[in-house]
Amino acid sequence: MRLPSLKTNVESTQSVVVTKQKLTQKSFVTNLGDYLMEKLFLLLGTLAIFILLLIVGFLIREGSDALREVGISEFIFGQSWYPSSSEPRYGALPFIISSVMVTVGALLLAVPWGIFTAIFISEIAPKRLKEMLKPVVEIFAIFPSVVLGFIALIVISPIVANVFGLSNGLTAVTAAVILSVMALPTIISIAEDSLNSVPSDFKEGAYALGATKWEVIKNISLPAAKSGIIAAVMLGFGRAVGETMTVLMAAGNAIDMPIQHFLGLTVPDFLTSVRTLTANIAIEGSDVAWGSLHYSALFVVGMILFVITFIVNLIADLLINRQRGALRND
Amino acid sequence: MGIKEVEPVQINVKEQFEARVSESVRDVFQVEELSLWYGTNQALNSISFSVKEKQVTAIIGPSGCGKSTFLKTLNRMVELNTNVQTRGSIIYQDVDVFDPKVNLVELRSAIGMVFQKPNPFAKSIFDNVAFGPKIHGVRNKKKLKEVVELCLKRVGLWDEVKDRLNDSALSLSGGQQQRLCIARCLAVEPEVILMDEPTSALDPISSAKVENLIEELKELYSIVVVTHNMQQAARISDHTAFFLHGELVEYDRTDRIFSNPQDQRTKDYVTGRFG
Ligand SMILES: Nc1ncnc2c1ncn2[C@@H]1O[C@H](COP(=O)(O)OP(=O)(O)OP(=O)(O)O)[C@@H](O)[C@H]1O
Ligand SMILES: [Mg+2]
Repeated sequence: MRLPSLKTNVESTQSVVVTKQKLTQKSFVTNLGDYLMEKLFLLLGTLAIFILLLIVGFLIREGSDALREVGISEFIFGQSWYPSSSEPRYGALPFIISSVMVTVGALLLAVPWGIFTAIFISEIAPKRLKEMLKPVVEIFAIFPSVVLGFIALIVISPIVANVFGLSNGLTAVTAAVILSVMALPTIISIAEDSLNSVPSDFKEGAYALGATKWEVIKNISLPAAKSGIIAAVMLGFGRAVGETMTVLMAAGNAIDMPIQHFLGLTVPDFLTSVRTLTANIAIEGSDVAWGSLHYSALFVVGMILFVITFIVNLIADLLINRQRGALRND
Repeated sequence: MGIKEVEPVQINVKEQFEARVSESVRDVFQVEELSLWYGTNQALNSISFSVKEKQVTAIIGPSGCGKSTFLKTLNRMVELNTNVQTRGSIIYQDVDVFDPKVNLVELRSAIGMVFQKPNPFAKSIFDNVAFGPKIHGVRNKKKLKEVVELCLKRVGLWDEVKDRLNDSALSLSGGQQQRLCIARCLAVEPEVILMDEPTSALDPISSAKVENLIEELKELYSIVVVTHNMQQAARISDHTAFFLHGELVEYDRTDRIFSNPQDQRTKDYVTGRFG
């Protein structure tokens, strides 16, 4: 390679002229390539958003009949769902409660479990084990949900029936357990990412003050990764609340309100068969008469589900952004 | 606050006095034949010398010569890296720090450390200083307040921050953050303070403040400081160790290292001819 020489004035002026030409001239091919690429990305991007809007629009259009005729409050607060009786009722509250119960139950198990696993992988495990565990966690995430549902059916449900002395082990608890296994990979990998992004300066500072490993984790790593971990929990929630096949197979799908009265209080009954929003759509969606009120009502159920996941994802997004902002500040 | 002006005559008197005393003071560390490897890469090679009590010992040498590694070995922070192997011994308080029975919590509370880049925790100013005492079991609020005030006063930060102790430590300037880190380290009542280029990320005025602070602190603490700044080493230290390629080339009183080094390589380095 020849180094540019600055020996003579002539040479250097020439080279300046050349650069200037290069600077001001873009070849036709470059221009066209840039133009096409830009438009292609624009097209793909807008198409994705457009399709999303289309789906939402479709949901609203198909659901509007039922919304108008039944009313949104009956959907949200009505306690019975008898779509094919002569006097049909469209109360989705049992499904809403079931979805929340199964999801929250799953998170109660998956969050501590997932966070401890994340701490183990990011802070404690030796490097080799760490490299092995990460892909294993990711494989869990792509496990087909029907297989997990089957495991719930064959393995978990008899255990639940035995432990609690039930005739039927397909209950909210069964679904919650298997859903927690499904939500686990999301929680672990995101929590682990946010633990890893805690600057090592902080940890070293704490170690240098004589902190033990556990004190560093508790006082430095976890607080610094807090918003990321909350976001991980939210995404785990989104994963669990939208899951269909597994709960369909594990939860028993009874349409009654899953509640019991205990010491004068109304409390959710985890040891009873439940039907979630997703399961209801899957069960009734296949043989509903197209265009009927029942058909439209199922779209309203879908809308309720959509709103729940949307809100949860929105909160997760906000938290993740806040975490990023916080890291940028220092 | 400016750098302290000292009359030349006084320097001489002071130096002579210190020269007389320094040979007789107790050793806080006795480093013997210390070698260290990161994996297969040897970073320290058979280092032997003693760090004197209640004095400032400067460690100088070109980049990559093992200064930080040596410093981190004194409180065994170096073991946070994987695959570190050591040979030789460092005697501190009649105990070899590499002894498997050594309690790292106690060791690191007795040997504090200040880092090159100020690294206050993302907590309030108060909580930064209170962190050490808290993890070592101080729960009493009043006691914590006292410790925080005392340590912040000792580093000259109290008047600057006393009205905003609950603000995030990250809202302080770089120089203030570094002094906060020193205060945080003082709060665990160490005997020794290790400082790895404590002023290299600071502006001249903040550096001067930290330098003055080091001079004040040596009344109470033994200080080992790594620095790339020759003038700084000459100004603040009593003894200087010159490292090169993981080896200790020369260790002597600072005035001798700078005025009359025995080794040609030391001479070249301190006069700025290489490095
Ligand atoms: N974590 C590590 N893993 C492997 N090698 C390391 C590690 N830290 C340092 N080293 C190597 O050890 C040698 C000494 O590094 P060290 O950081 O102690 O140098 P230094 O004198 O502090 O340099 P500087 O003045 O640039 O801070 C270097 O060759 C470096 O590459
Ligand atoms: Mg260094």
